[in-house]
Amino acid sequence: MTGAKALWATLAAHGISTVFGYPGGAIMPVYDALTYYPEVRHVLARHEQGAIHAAEGWAKATGEIGVCIATSGPGATNLVTGLADAMMDNVPLLAITGNVARHLMGTDAFQEADITGITLPITKHNYVVTDPNELPAIVAEAIRIARSGRPGPVLVDIPKDVQLAAFTGKLVKPQAAPEAISPRPEAIHAACELLKTAKKPVLMVGGGSQGASKEITEFARAWQIPTITTLMGLGAFPASDPLWLGMPGMHGSVAANHAISQADVLIGFGLRFDDRVTGRVKDFAPNAQIIHVDLDAAEIGKIVRAHLPVKSDAKQAAVALTDGAVPFEVPEWQAQIDEWKMRGEHPTTWGAAQAVRQVVARLRPDDILTTDVGQHQMLAAQLARFEKPRRWLTSGGLGTMGFGFPAALGAAMAEPGVQSIVIAGDGGFQMTSQELATLTKYDIRNCKICIINNSYLGMVRQWQELFHEKRYSEVYLGDSNPDFLKLADAYNIKGWRADNSADLETAIDAWLSHDGSGLLEVVVPNEHGVFPMVPAGAALYEMIENEPVKVPDLGDKMNVMASAANTEISTEASQ
Amino acid sequence: MTSPLQPVSDHLVSALVRDEPRVLTRITSLFGRRGYNIKSLSVGATEMPGVSRMTFVVSGDRGVVEQAMKQLDKLHDVVKIIDHSLEKYVDRELVLVKVRVENTERRIEIRQMAEDFRARIVDAGHHALTFEVTGDEGKITAFIEQMRTFGILETMRTGRIALTRGSNADIPSHIYHDGETETLQPVLQSAPREGKAREVNNMF
Repeated sequence: MTGAKALWATLAAHGISTVFGYPGGAIMPVYDALTYYPEVRHVLARHEQGAIHAAEGWAKATGEIGVCIATSGPGATNLVTGLADAMMDNVPLLAITGNVARHLMGTDAFQEADITGITLPITKHNYVVTDPNELPAIVAEAIRIARSGRPGPVLVDIPKDVQLAAFTGKLVKPQAAPEAISPRPEAIHAACELLKTAKKPVLMVGGGSQGASKEITEFARAWQIPTITTLMGLGAFPASDPLWLGMPGMHGSVAANHAISQADVLIGFGLRFDDRVTGRVKDFAPNAQIIHVDLDAAEIGKIVRAHLPVKSDAKQAAVALTDGAVPFEVPEWQAQIDEWKMRGEHPTTWGAAQAVRQVVARLRPDDILTTDVGQHQMLAAQLARFEKPRRWLTSGGLGTMGFGFPAALGAAMAEPGVQSIVIAGDGGFQMTSQELATLTKYDIRNCKICIINNSYLGMVRQWQELFHEKRYSEVYLGDSNPDFLKLADAYNIKGWRADNSADLETAIDAWLSHDGSGLLEVVVPNEHGVFPMVPAGAALYEMIENEPVKVPDLGDKMNVMASAANTEISTEASQ
Repeated sequence: MTSPLQPVSDHLVSALVRDEPRVLTRITSLFGRRGYNIKSLSVGATEMPGVSRMTFVVSGDRGVVEQAMKQLDKLHDVVKIIDHSLEKYVDRELVLVKVRVENTERRIEIRQMAEDFRARIVDAGHHALTFEVTGDEGKITAFIEQMRTFGILETMRTGRIALTRGSNADIPSHIYHDGETETLQPVLQSAPREGKAREVNNMF
């Protein structure tokens, strides 16, 4: 047996059925050994970034670990974006990379890159395997680290001669995951006591709650707490429940943002108070006592003060907090929330918002929706209604353009019986459109692509419109976009196009009922923004509820936006 | 998270870490990325094979130091973190100081001063004496200040090292409310690769 075979044997022993990857010189022994392990399916992507986003899509949809493989040097560095993405969104991921032989490491050999050095800050942990006999133990440990606690990506770098070396060690069994951290009874007691004093309670549910959806829903209903789900938490609480207020933050709902601003007790589950959620931090939930439930102690108190920290697994904390629940009877608070919920409706004129609305209206509870990054992403987050966890896959933390399509592809392979719909923009789609080849190669029939084409990098354009006096610098794509239907056709994928509401309805029917994957291009007018919007640097209660009238009338709010944005524009523009 | 109410000060923190490649890089890059300021760092082997000990001086307010420790604790290579401000501790630093000697009169003066500090001469030249001093930070700073008047040619400080006082091995930091005192034995068990997962009890 070789080191390479020991790798596959270990992956197979861990129940890993599918890996996404791209071969190359320094990983060839692993690809050679793959032929001896038919129990593992290898999916050949067309770019390593496509492979890792597909693995992320697999992991986000199933909650199981995603695995991707790349060669040394450029292959490995092409994984960097996906690793950073997985780190930010806590995706359990194992990345295997080849490297040059041990005696060549450090000599600037052909296709050599110090990938463990490069990925050090964007992985939960990483390894170089220097002893072939240690390989199974390292891979087993890597898988445990990726899955346990707050999940994340782990990279294992294997020099080529280690892959080829005779393996004389022992194969190892999967390591047991550590037990989930349970909350201290004193903390739960204190949280219950604090909750009971609330007159304006709010529950915020983040991405760390996707695995605890049932328990958190029961907790919210038992107490009757109005509930907000963050971008990463969408689906962790059913949207059809009257308690649901939508998403908070920069493009959050009127109800969610005002409820946070006025709440007297805010309980957060599995969330990290991202700057896109909090707005200006010192004015985030200014009147609230904050209970923060998280299993990562470093997240508690990192951004916002937590009056009551509860270090715990979300599921166990929710169960403990449900016991002894006293349903809130706060009619005035509820009436106020109901009034907010009526506001901030999108205009009904034809545009990206209406197009996204028509597409997401067709989602069934089991369907998976992935998005790229930009206006369409925020519109989908605002408009889609998720009843279940793990049905909404988006690049929340890193904001990775090019994420949506390969992630949908990975999710479609993970759940072949489920429809996986991607909504992308014309900009983001072109960052990973080469994965259309993967769609064709594996005859994936349940991946439906929708491109909202406004001929612009829409979100950047929106910011330039608001904060740079409409100087649309380098954001116009319309003069050089491909004919997306011809592009699809080139990969033997069927396509549809619509540029108005009525045609879109017909096209959606044809697109979704088509037996096989398909691409729908929706051509929309370009100057539409995403609203509501909290300008960067402003407080949540300073949100702009509706799209300003196009005649430039820069009132007070706009001045706030412009001045607030000046300091942050350089880092904020890409979302 | 900085709070105007808490003054910026130095905190002494030790970490027991697995002796593996890149551990130092991992730790310093974490400090660098998150903007924590390390004023001194010393690293050395411990009595346990495979486990090294690092002592840092981190400057910042209490919130910064707590956040730094929590972030450190998440690293897989970090076995245990000890916040010395929560326990009684002994700390030492070693410094080598090379002082200019202009004439015999000065030589006598310098040697007398050094004796007061219990500094040892480790090298003597025609125009310079090199001293070794160990002690806490205050003593070393005071010695250097005294020597400055004679003319310091070179100094090298090791950075502070610390151990918790008493007969117990280092008590886990109160941040995690671990409660009972542990010996180092459980730490040793978690260090090898196939050991069981390291447990950090609830913070609250």
